Amino acid sequence: MKLKTLSAPALLLLPAFVVLAAVIVLPLIFSFYSSFTPFRLTKPETLCVFVGLRNYATVLGNAEFWVAFGRTVLLLTVALNAEMLLGLGLALLVNKATHGQRLLRTAMMFPMMFSPVLVGFQFKFLFNDNIGFVNNALQSLGLTNQAIPWLIDGNLALLSIIIAEVWSSTAVFAILILAGLLAMPKDPVEAAHVDGCTPWQTFRYVTWPYLMPFAFIAMTIRSLDVARAYDIVKIMTDGGPAKRTELLWTLVGRTAYADARMGLANAMAYVAILLSIVFTVYFFRKLAAARQQIGAEW
Amino acid sequence: MAPVTLRKLVKRYGALEVVHGIDLEVKDREFIALVGPSGCGKSTTLRMIAGLEDVSDGAIEIGGRKVNELPPRARNISMVFQSYALYPHMTVAENMGFSLKIAGRKPDEIKARVDEAAVILDLGHLLERRPSQLSGGQRQRVAMGRAIVRQPDVFLFDEPLSNLDAKLRTQVRTEIKKLHARMQATMIYVTHDQVEAMTLSDRIVIMRDGHIEQVGTPEEVFQRPATKFVAGFIGSPPMNMDEAIVDNGALVLASGVRLPIPPRFASALRPGQKVTFGLRPDDIYPSGHGLHAGDPAAVHEVELPVSITEPLGNETLVFIQFNGRDWVSRMLNPRPLTSGEKVRMSFDLSRAHLFDIDTGKALEG
Ligand SMILES: Nc1ncnc2c1ncn2[C@@H]1O[C@H](COP(=O)(O)OP(=O)(O)OP(=O)(O)O)[C@@H](O)[C@H]1O
Ligand SMILES: [Mg+2]
Repeated sequence: MKLKTLSAPALLLLPAFVVLAAVIVLPLIFSFYSSFTPFRLTKPETLCVFVGLRNYATVLGNAEFWVAFGRTVLLLTVALNAEMLLGLGLALLVNKATHGQRLLRTAMMFPMMFSPVLVGFQFKFLFNDNIGFVNNALQSLGLTNQAIPWLIDGNLALLSIIIAEVWSSTAVFAILILAGLLAMPKDPVEAAHVDGCTPWQTFRYVTWPYLMPFAFIAMTIRSLDVARAYDIVKIMTDGGPAKRTELLWTLVGRTAYADARMGLANAMAYVAILLSIVFTVYFFRKLAAARQQIGAEW
Repeated sequence: MAPVTLRKLVKRYGALEVVHGIDLEVKDREFIALVGPSGCGKSTTLRMIAGLEDVSDGAIEIGGRKVNELPPRARNISMVFQSYALYPHMTVAENMGFSLKIAGRKPDEIKARVDEAAVILDLGHLLERRPSQLSGGQRQRVAMGRAIVRQPDVFLFDEPLSNLDAKLRTQVRTEIKKLHARMQATMIYVTHDQVEAMTLSDRIVIMRDGHIEQVGTPEEVFQRPATKFVAGFIGSPPMNMDEAIVDNGALVLASGVRLPIPPRFASALRPGQKVTFGLRPDDIYPSGHGLHAGDPAAVHEVELPVSITEPLGNETLVFIQFNGRDWVSRMLNPRPLTSGEKVRMSFDLSRAHLFDIDTGKALEG
């Protein structure tokens, strides 16, 4: 009876909505709800105990959480800046290539085709202090005769993770910035040459302002990616040594499964999402400003 | 002091040669127009002078100095691009002052020079806008302003007016002419619009397929075209031209019409020679409606049917059926004519042009 009142398009879309609701909306609601309970996987009945904001209070007062939070921001800052510089360099180089540019573009995207888990394993092997390629290479070149404890020293481990992260995702920047370069009109650059600019000045005053929106799009995408970094870290160090590489999401994962404190973990996750939202809003603002600057029509 | 000299200038793209060794001397402070049909190599030549394209062979000298290997920034030139090429992220004032900023000038000086240019080009009220907020004509003027502010030795223009409507085009054309008088700089101006070339320049360079066909003042190229191509290219409407054979003191056109050989060519022609005969619309007119008084002895009169007329107010273009097609004639102090009407036409043969049929070169008389 009721169905009859629905129009045909609504009716046809209904199954999709139902499926989406089942796999996305319901879990979201469930996880949000559970963040207000002391839910433990081992004690299902705890799901029915409502504790209000206690989990959130715990999270916000938890030093370990804030350290992981800070480390994630650090990783994000260093990785994004490195990726931006490298991606920009790569894009500029590929843009200069007169032959085989397509091949280069494809090759450039290679790292993106690997699953992060594979990247994790690959770098775990590369940075292994005994049998790893990096130490081997350094020793063979005579640069050192020590086995550098890449994944064992806390600071070096974070650096190793950053390198893995940068390797796997610099292409995002490179591709987007290259798209910008290809779409860029040639005339203003030529006008700049005639106006007396050196190649560096041309880049600084003409090319770069034009590429900025593209860089910010890449920043937005990557900030969301890195803020929820999990796989690579999980494989390479699993947050170790001594939690020196613990990031937000490895901490959330550990709290949820190892400690089985699902309610608390969900509260952490929701706080962590705030970080992503803040970064997204920030980069979108920058993007809008940069687009307005160049009078972009898109 | 910045004369510009091109010596045997060649441009090749791979195996394809598009500019075939052209020679040109542009004097200091001269206004030179490069004209020619689309694809003849005007832009390529201009861009080589600017340093935006490599020179494949030959030499370019600016102010007596060979600049082949110098980057654009070392040539002290300004270029106005067909597409304006403004910096989209800078305001009008920043666009115009950019070259001075790069040169490390003080903000006061930059502002003074930008303001001065803004007055000349009537851009004062637009200085804080961005290019995207300007109309085509305004962008055009900003591009011009950017070139002026730099105070270069040589101005290069690549069809700067082609995106403007007819009225604005006339207006900016006048501005450019005033600008040249004021700036005392050498200017090289590319266009495919012969009216622009004729009105603006001291000398015109007519190019075709990567060659120079003729260099001369507007009067020279109009009155004494060196080749058939130039004759057809300069002048609007274009010169009427048809093949003719010299026979017994007359030029015989394809339809059998005989025209007396103009006396000045008499000695230059031999019987049986094939030539191209050309006469400008100004030199054909309904009797009594001509532009030039004409030497009565050289005026040839025939009755011809009118095909159509194009009244322009002060004059009328009359298309007459002659030699199997329509020839254009110009009628001053027009009176109404109807299609099919037979009109007595005067051909002022003293002003006729003859070209060699093979080489296209003008025959001297
Ligand atoms: N990058 C290039 N590679 C190959 N050929 C080119 C290149 N640029 C121009 N050409 C060729 O060189 C010739 C001259 O081009 P150019 O742009 O100088 O013509 P133009 O006289 O300015 O014509 P228009 O009036 O249409 O602007 C053309 O035949 C063109 O096809
Ligand atoms: Mg051109």
